[in-house]
Amino acid sequence: MDFSLLFSHFPELTITGLAYGAIYALIALGYTLVYGVLRLINFAHSEVFMYGAFAAVWVLMALGGGKASGLGIAGYLLIAFLSAMTVSALIALLLERVAYRPLRKRNSPPLIALISAIGASFALSEAMGLRDKPFKWFGQENAFQDYVGRPREASPFPLKIDVVRLFSIGNYQVSNIDLIVLGAAIVMMIVLDQFVNRSRLGRGIRAVAQDPEAAALMGVNRDRVIRLTFVLGGAMAGAAAVMYLLKVGQVRYNSGFLLGVKAFTAAVLGGIGNLRGALLGGFILGVAENYGQAVFGGEWRDVVAFTLLVVILLFRPTGLLGESLGKARA
Amino acid sequence: MRSVFKIGVPMVAAALALSACGGTSGGDNNAGGSGSGGKACDLKIGFFGALTGDAANLGINIKNGAELAVNQYNEKNANCKVTLTSFDSQGDPAIAPGLAQKAVTDKKLIGIVGPAFSGESKAADPIFDSAGLNTISASATNPALADNGWKTFHRVLGNDATQGPAAAKYIKDVLKAQKVFVSDDTSEYGKGLSDIVKKDLGSLVAGTDQTAADGKQDDFSATVTKAKASGATVFFYGGYYSNAGKLVKQLKDGGFTGTFVAADGVKDDGFIKGAGAASEGSILTCPCLPPDKAPEFAEAYKKAYNTDPATYSAEAYDAANVFLDAIAAGKTDWKDVTEFIKTYDKQGVTKKIKFDDKGEPAEVSVWAYKVQDGKIVPDQEIK
Repeated sequence: MDFSLLFSHFPELTITGLAYGAIYALIALGYTLVYGVLRLINFAHSEVFMYGAFAAVWVLMALGGGKASGLGIAGYLLIAFLSAMTVSALIALLLERVAYRPLRKRNSPPLIALISAIGASFALSEAMGLRDKPFKWFGQENAFQDYVGRPREASPFPLKIDVVRLFSIGNYQVSNIDLIVLGAAIVMMIVLDQFVNRSRLGRGIRAVAQDPEAAALMGVNRDRVIRLTFVLGGAMAGAAAVMYLLKVGQVRYNSGFLLGVKAFTAAVLGGIGNLRGALLGGFILGVAENYGQAVFGGEWRDVVAFTLLVVILLFRPTGLLGESLGKARA
Repeated sequence: MRSVFKIGVPMVAAALALSACGGTSGGDNNAGGSGSGGKACDLKIGFFGALTGDAANLGINIKNGAELAVNQYNEKNANCKVTLTSFDSQGDPAIAPGLAQKAVTDKKLIGIVGPAFSGESKAADPIFDSAGLNTISASATNPALADNGWKTFHRVLGNDATQGPAAAKYIKDVLKAQKVFVSDDTSEYGKGLSDIVKKDLGSLVAGTDQTAADGKQDDFSATVTKAKASGATVFFYGGYYSNAGKLVKQLKDGGFTGTFVAADGVKDDGFIKGAGAASEGSILTCPCLPPDKAPEFAEAYKKAYNTDPATYSAEAYDAANVFLDAIAAGKTDWKDVTEFIKTYDKQGVTKKIKFDDKGEPAEVSVWAYKVQDGKIVPDQEIK
């Protein structure tokens, strides 16, 4: 154990932890939204994230984002966000249509939907990992090699952003990437929070979360609300995907799994079903991992994070902020 | 009546299948046993390693090298061809033993090129040893593997006990580092290597940290903070290319300005592809020969696979040729093959192929490679 590094580099560990925690938080929102409305853990949400990341990579490749410089980079970054969010939302919508709605219409028990979710997760991930195969079946081995060649390997993010140190907090110089990731995450979170709490559609979401039958009696279209939550969760995962690409620089067909587990943990930590809880959970998890690694060493990183989860759940079994989506007012 | 029929038909089918299996395996045994007499055909050489999974590139390089040797043999011996069968372990020590059990039931299999990684070697080699099936690894570099008394274990490259000190020597003599940060991925290979480097560097080690296993970690920001805080000018990583690519990008983005040094597990284009410009200037050690030292092999390889030979392709080519020479000499019984390898002494494309009594190569050279303009190019031999 070595606490000296934690104290001497506290600002750096906190900021980089928050930046990565923001990615957890945005993905956790998708878990928590769907859980709030459907009482279902959407385990395939991690693949929604992964498809968004690939969408951003491919769209930028197609548009020649690798050669961008100066202001062009900002434009391409915006395109990356838009394409990732769109594709992720579409995949989430597809998931709802194929994997969950048929089960819901037949009133299946929740466990069946859980198995369907896990199955959908494998299917989506392997479909990405085997994306070269359809081309081979039709004898087009050399078509789109940049996109589908070596499908089990990492695909790099084409946009090259030079790291610029903008200003310092303590002894850490905050970089432009930290700022983009944190800034975009906070904007996304505020927009979503305001949307759910203030708009008419948001009120529908809260109504269905609180009491689906009463909401239906009051004229809320339940199916439409459910679709909307999947789209919102998907869009957040898409935004997280671009931030992930900025931080990590590459994505592969199985990248979703690890992040999915962490984001789900963050959602539970903050109180699943609660939007602000998911945000808090994500940030706490990101920072705790960094502190844990600084004090105990890298091999203890996950041990620290999950011990924290167990301890918090011991004292607050419903997570930090507890309350479900429907009841959360603040 | 119906239900009897339902059960009865599969039972009969199963019984038939069983007897069929018994028949063929008996035939296999005969073919293997009588091999030393007449020349047996339909023999096989196995490749054992990752063809899918997180480190698949390294496995594919090895398989291609072995395949090239087999194809060249078949061109010369068109009437009596040898086939290469693959055992895809995904590099996973948990999958390896099952595959090894499967491999040793096949008496037509003359030898195994592999297992590719150290972890899976540790899990699978005892099974090969007790069955007597010979293995020649083109890539497993953990030193302790040779100390188990396995009679069937061989490798055609230097182990980490030569690669580790060479890396340390390069860091000390060429990079002239005063402070070094040493890290690994806790794998059999990575930790073994970093322990040797730490021991050799002694007081130059300014800090250490471990990451999760390859492909199991995305965010390395705390490691980056530690490395910067240690004031190190060199970062040594014992691990594979998937983690290394993400790590080196985050090191550079996080403001670490020193040199990234890693070993053969990172020497793959996947490292550069993943890390992009951040990989530029990285040093990768490898007990393997640069392709321009074996031009004929490089040319044949390029013709067959439309790409330059990559890490350990040439070693695999040499390993496969040992078994092919055994077949050409009519050695098809596993015991005879063991004896044949013991006395083997021939110039291969990577080095003089000759094994000591532990199965280690008699001659070893370690090279330093450098990432330059997005390519891995030879830097110098570490002597």
